[in-house]
Amino acid sequence: MAVLAFRDTTEENKILCTMNVAEDFQETFDRITPKDNSIFLFLWHVVHLILRVLYLALEIFQTVESYLITNRIVKAYGHLNLQRVNYLGVVIDSDEARETAEVIQLLEWLSDIGIKKVCLYDKEGVLKKSKEVLMERFNSVKQSNDDSELDALLNIKQIAFEFVSSSDGKEAVAKAANVLFKKYYSDGDTEKPFFTESYLTDALKTLGAVELDPDLLLVYGPARCHLGFPAWRIRYTEIVHMGPLKYKKHGLILKAIHKFTKVKQNYGS
Amino acid sequence: EEEKRSGVVSRFLGELNITVRRFLFRVMSSGPIPQHIAFIMDGNRRFAKKWKLEEGAGHKAGFLALMSLLKYCYEMGVKYVTVYAFSLDNFNRRPDEVQYVMDLMHEKIEGFMKELDMVNRYGIRVLFIGDLNRLYAPVRVAAEKAMEATAKNTKTYLLVCVAYTSSHEIPRAVYEACQERSGRKDGKEEEEEELIKVVDLEKKMYMGVVPDPDILVRSSGETRLSNFLLWQTSNSLLYSPKALWPEMGLRHVVWAILKYQKNYHYFEKKKKQA
Repeated sequence: MAVLAFRDTTEENKILCTMNVAEDFQETFDRITPKDNSIFLFLWHVVHLILRVLYLALEIFQTVESYLITNRIVKAYGHLNLQRVNYLGVVIDSDEARETAEVIQLLEWLSDIGIKKVCLYDKEGVLKKSKEVLMERFNSVKQSNDDSELDALLNIKQIAFEFVSSSDGKEAVAKAANVLFKKYYSDGDTEKPFFTESYLTDALKTLGAVELDPDLLLVYGPARCHLGFPAWRIRYTEIVHMGPLKYKKHGLILKAIHKFTKVKQNYGS
Repeated sequence: EEEKRSGVVSRFLGELNITVRRFLFRVMSSGPIPQHIAFIMDGNRRFAKKWKLEEGAGHKAGFLALMSLLKYCYEMGVKYVTVYAFSLDNFNRRPDEVQYVMDLMHEKIEGFMKELDMVNRYGIRVLFIGDLNRLYAPVRVAAEKAMEATAKNTKTYLLVCVAYTSSHEIPRAVYEACQERSGRKDGKEEEEEELIKVVDLEKKMYMGVVPDPDILVRSSGETRLSNFLLWQTSNSLLYSPKALWPEMGLRHVVWAILKYQKNYHYFEKKKKQA
């Protein structure tokens, strides 16, 4: 029993009693906690409810922040050093990528910001399949929005797209492996070279993978996860979570790009 | 007398600490607990600069943080923990710093070997992942001894990635898969359909011995993966707390697991679609 008995005045007994409290703490804890875990489950739900409220508060804050940034009330993100963003990658969760209108609005925003090269990725290839539809609707939106002929003439807002899916990721490496096998292993007992990164890159090139690595990867989905974007292309890519596609925020994109331009990488050294 | 009393108080607080953690663990494990967490231990040098310590002290403080985090993960029920201790890119650092880290690793592995009884009692299996031939000889020898000594343990796993990058691991897996396939071909007739598939490559990856990580944590708030587990993190939650590695603690492990639990159904759906 956890009894603090200080009837004895000797030091040793006082110490012994306190030690008993420490050990009995464990015992008492084991005794009062129910065996059926229902109170812990209840507390778990409470914790996750609090978490949901916190995320909701964050969402509201970000919406307000995005509004302020887009309308230039907050001036910090006015001047973006876009030179640093050579290649922007966008990962969209495949289920969300089916919302073509949302995708087109996102592409419009990116084009307005001044991004020149975008790589669009979704795992199942939904974006690849709707490539023609997306390009057609994007170009028509652009043409109707071009409010100066000069713009159109100089192709100021011209933007290049690359569509990628999981078949360009792990499966492409498997295909490259077969290419390398045919090349180096089809002739008997000659010395086989050890495959380094450059062998793999060359094999991938012959299969058509010639594009650069993205500098910045924006992830649209419920969670921050690159969802299988071709592994060798994201070695040093900054990965930023933007939330679900239908709640995308223009100001948040500006903020992400701004933050990216301030990053300094050591590349390991 | 003061010492005796403070000794008792610190024991009491220690017991309280453990009890609070056990309570926390029981609440957390009402939901799904991740099987595998990976850590990028970034920020040791910044920590040393921040607190005006001498250079190596950041790495030492980082090691202490690692021990605490391992304890919390295993207490929470995580079976596999992977840490990025040394990248192939890190060989580009100043030679004296590389030497310092190699010496520190050697010292820690030797220290670990002294506690082997406790380690085997907890059932921790240690694996060193990467191009071990690039390590300095004494470290490599110590690492191989540690791997051998814990080979029979199966309760929890600690994977230490040294001399590792994904850009080395992936082509190497291709090479090993080709070697294996050419070995098989020698005994058989020419079979065009025997192509190398993704599963063949995954078996040959260094990390093929464990399931993919559920969460990848990178300290210091940096949002990139720096060539770590690029292949294995297709369905992993990426978490980047701002704390420097020596400042990481229980709250970060708890927060990571809470985030994982929040997105659990989403990730399970993604894994099934693969």
